[in-house]
Amino acid sequence: MTITADGLRAYGYDDLPGLMSLMTGDEKHGPAATSTLDVLWVLYDRVLRVTPELRDDTGRDRFLLSKGHGPMAYYAVLAAKGFLPVDWLPGFGSYDSPLGHHPDRVLVPGAEIASGSLGHGLPIGVGSALGLRAQGLSGPAVWVLIGDAELDEGSNHEAIAFAGPAGLERLHTVVVDNSSASHALPGGIAARFEAAGWSAVTVDGRDHEALYAACTAAHPGRPHVVVARVEPKNA
Amino acid sequence: MDTMRDRFAPVVTRLLDEDPRVAVLLAEIGKDAFGEAIARHPDRVVNVGIREQLLVGAAAGMALTGLRPVVHTFASFLVERPFEQVKLDLGHQDTGAVLVSAAASFDWPAGGFTHMAPGDVALLDTLDGWTVHVPGHPDEAETLLRRAVAAGDDKVYVRLSVQSNRQGAALDGERFLTVREGRSGVVVAVGPVLDAVLAATEGLDTTVLYATTVRPFDAAGLRRATEAAGTDVVLVEPYLAGTSVAAVNDALADVPHRVLGLGVGRRELRRYGTFEEHAAAHGLDAHGLRERIGRFAGTPRRESARA
Repeated sequence: MTITADGLRAYGYDDLPGLMSLMTGDEKHGPAATSTLDVLWVLYDRVLRVTPELRDDTGRDRFLLSKGHGPMAYYAVLAAKGFLPVDWLPGFGSYDSPLGHHPDRVLVPGAEIASGSLGHGLPIGVGSALGLRAQGLSGPAVWVLIGDAELDEGSNHEAIAFAGPAGLERLHTVVVDNSSASHALPGGIAARFEAAGWSAVTVDGRDHEALYAACTAAHPGRPHVVVARVEPKNA
Repeated sequence: MDTMRDRFAPVVTRLLDEDPRVAVLLAEIGKDAFGEAIARHPDRVVNVGIREQLLVGAAAGMALTGLRPVVHTFASFLVERPFEQVKLDLGHQDTGAVLVSAAASFDWPAGGFTHMAPGDVALLDTLDGWTVHVPGHPDEAETLLRRAVAAGDDKVYVRLSVQSNRQGAALDGERFLTVREGRSGVVVAVGPVLDAVLAATEGLDTTVLYATTVRPFDAAGLRRATEAAGTDVVLVEPYLAGTSVAAVNDALADVPHRVLGLGVGRRELRRYGTFEEHAAAHGLDAHGLRERIGRFAGTPRRESARA
């Protein structure tokens, strides 16, 4: 944490566990609670062109959290980046709190979609990329975060199979792979996307430099997936 | 005569030309009629293939970027198959689209039950904030399609059918029309069943209201009609029988009333054949309607019910 010239706190990566503790009451968090933490931080800190001031700007990048389970890391990053007040965090899950165990875009500043039921984010992301393209907005990127087990849902495969041939270059997906699928995708996750014409990179989901490189790799004419491998959920 | 669906692509093609917000999403079904529109607006007319979850999810994504998506396929694949996408991606995301269905309850009887969706309106009734248009003539379909697309970011369902009344009516997209005035009961005819209802009630002293927008339900219009005609109400709907009975009960909650809900039965017929045969099997032809409406009208209210 640092103190900026105007006296506001600026939060860094090292502050995220503390912010999560405001929600969970736990000092330490296991791999399941933090599986998305590093990806989220790298995206919001270095990749996404979106700020609290730009959250209604048509030219902003869109980040769609499809895997809405365990959103503490997401809320912590949104709070650290100033989208929502830190003093909302302790109310997490309570009746009067905007912060539920699955995020609601109507209630959470900066949340592009509501999620919870799995397999909805990628089709919505496809539509967002189509909608931006149809309006000539070639700048904004659309990012969708899903989990490896979320790929069980067939709706994802409708979206994956369409987005490649449609050449949705501004569509990006991060699959956080913590080996939680009971039946792993035959051939592997990256291969599934590559077979549909996507650009794909698989990296260590805890390595910030590797994540940054993967998220900013060029992929002309194709949608892009980053498979971020983290510790197995049940290890 | 052309069908409602024959009007759909030409009307929406003109709207695509006029309004840069309008987009069309298809899942193969109906794409041939949009050939010209695809050539003129390749980024705003998108066929996602045979993928109905993506169809509705992508519509929500388009709407979130500011477009007004018009989504089309058969009713069973538009409302029933991707129902959770309709519920969450449009409803819970607090965005909207125009869903335009074809094939209705049994427009293609030879296609069998997989292509019949008598439950579409009842399913949408479990959700908040939907406008439901059920045109009864191609001219009305054109009017209601334009109105649906122009309705901001509202969630609107337009139910097209090959069944049609002989003449279209001038509609405002909200209220029921009074087609006939009587003093002994009110019959509400929804969309394409109007001609059969008029034939069935010929010679009866009943008021006939014509409804082409059923959600929101014109409770005030129904109440006005009951002032002269009394509170015996028959609903004739071209989809699942009884779908709007609760809306009638709500409209007349403070007065004693009777209501009979006629429409498509739940039981699978497991028959092919023609539209006319299916209408008759569900008692929705003029003969079947007259028999049931007559029996209802001829049943005196029990005194205890009046008390």
